[in-house]
Amino acid sequence: MRRLLAARAAQAVVVVLIVATVVFALTHFAPGDPFAAAVESGNMRPAQRDALRAQYGFDRPIPVQYAMYVRNLARGDLGWSFSRSRPVAATIATAVPNTLLLMATALLLSLALGVGAGLLQAARRDSIADRGSSALLLVFYSMPDFWLALMMVLAFAYALPIFPVSGMVDPVMHEYLGTWGRVVDRVRHLVLPATTLTLLLTAAVARHQRASLLDAARADFTRTARAKGLSAGEVLLRHTLRNSLGTTITLVGLMFPALLGGAVLVETVFGWPGMGQLATSAITTRDYSLITATAIISAVMTVTGSTIADVLTAIADPRMRDR
Amino acid sequence: MSIPFPANAPRSRIADAGPWRAALRRLRGNRTSMISLGVLVLLVLAALFAPVLAPYGPNAQPDIVGLVRLRPSFAHPFGTDIFSRDVLSRVIYGSRISLGVATLAILLAMSVGTAYGAIAGFAGGVVDAIMMRIIDAMLAVPRILILLLALALSGGISLPMLVVVLGLTGWFGTSRLVRERVRALSRQDFATAAVALGARDARVLWRHVLPNALSPVIVAATLGIGNVIVLEAALSYLGIGVRPPHASWGNIIQDGADHISSAWWIALFPGLAMLVTVIAFNLLGDGLRDALDPRDDGRP
Repeated sequence: MRRLLAARAAQAVVVVLIVATVVFALTHFAPGDPFAAAVESGNMRPAQRDALRAQYGFDRPIPVQYAMYVRNLARGDLGWSFSRSRPVAATIATAVPNTLLLMATALLLSLALGVGAGLLQAARRDSIADRGSSALLLVFYSMPDFWLALMMVLAFAYALPIFPVSGMVDPVMHEYLGTWGRVVDRVRHLVLPATTLTLLLTAAVARHQRASLLDAARADFTRTARAKGLSAGEVLLRHTLRNSLGTTITLVGLMFPALLGGAVLVETVFGWPGMGQLATSAITTRDYSLITATAIISAVMTVTGSTIADVLTAIADPRMRDR
Repeated sequence: MSIPFPANAPRSRIADAGPWRAALRRLRGNRTSMISLGVLVLLVLAALFAPVLAPYGPNAQPDIVGLVRLRPSFAHPFGTDIFSRDVLSRVIYGSRISLGVATLAILLAMSVGTAYGAIAGFAGGVVDAIMMRIIDAMLAVPRILILLLALALSGGISLPMLVVVLGLTGWFGTSRLVRERVRALSRQDFATAAVALGARDARVLWRHVLPNALSPVIVAATLGIGNVIVLEAALSYLGIGVRPPHASWGNIIQDGADHISSAWWIALFPGLAMLVTVIAFNLLGDGLRDALDPRDDGRP
């Protein structure tokens, strides 16, 4: 297990370094610089721009800039956010927990729902329930994330005003609520964005779970278990399901970037103050250091997610430990 | 180099036994796939004949005061938007951009992914290891963030550039599929035989290995189109993809998003159009996978 962890950690560092390099290349070989817009709009004189370029080191040779950039990254210094007038690291530190709350809620719910749905479908293969739920799941699987989010707002915030339209807490009342009231306020704000993400994810998990259960149902160990005299239900729960869960954990690890990407749009629609909203607002304000930092941090989050998935798989399946 | 058929061999049966033909026959037998294909053909026809089908021009603003935000009716089946434009006409015209951009982007992505994966898989060794670590890294960043980064840096983007950017961020997964196929295939006897007959590497790869590695690419392309349609729409929704006055499903939804409480139809209908399209591509992709990969044909 220790060797697996060491290998995965080394891999993670390499992946993050490559991402950082690609991001660096994109930002430095693209035309213009962070001040181009200000100069074009006439808010900044070329001389001021040159001074700023010198101040931030944009006038140095590219290899020197790259070395500085990597050194700063290694120290955890992500630069200064122009649009928020505070260090990028601090801005991101406030956003990451919000995104993690949203993603963790959606992930746990969709794992439970998806595995459950896959199990029911595989147990009653080709029945009306299987076909009907497969069709429904395909609809959610195909649904544009940001549009589903908008439709949730339309249905449950405007047509039936049950939940708040956006934000993470009530902008006015939250300050005056007691501890319990604050928790309720947060949960009320969490319901719609978390449900949106859960619906999208459940579809992916269930589709995979059904296929992997049907694969496992064909395996020799299933036939052996049946031959021993276990009932179909017992075999499904104690043998087939257990064996198929390994691939589901791996899938969740692989889905992490898509989950984060979905969170970007869902957060934007619901005004959820996480990484996604940070990224889109960084785009509109052309805050380069913030944009690059969100890309790098999401790579770190993805790599961490897939490492956790690998470790969980290794715990569940001893055969994976030595790979 | 072609070996003539023996005179008495039943030619048609040999042709029928070809894997592509067999796959096509299996696909034809799949009702869901054929319905999806039919839906997609109708959508493409609607996009092609948009000027004939659309009741109004996509940007016509007949009455900026009186005909604003009309509910769906016979005259305007999908209603009108805040500039009195007919939403149905905009959705029909928008399908041109949405389908066109996605198809071209997928073609680019699949070409790059196949080439990259084939080179990595065929080369093996250190080259393969380095090329695949880069893929691992690119797959670790959500695609939407790479797109946001690229689009933000270029600041305002033309349609051809949007196709290029969508294409160049969409090939990482495909290259992995192709690489695995190529690695497995180039160790098989028929590849060794081609080498033994004196074929150069490029010929072995191009004539013998690649054609056998293409079926996962076709499936990935079909499933990927739906994905790109949604991504393009998301970018347009965020205001950095297809820009007005071009109508795309994404920017119509953006128009409607700000008025969702008072005029829900503006955002609803382009989203439904997109949903139907993506479902059709996903069903067709599933059908193609079953047809091209007959290992999984309904064994218990």
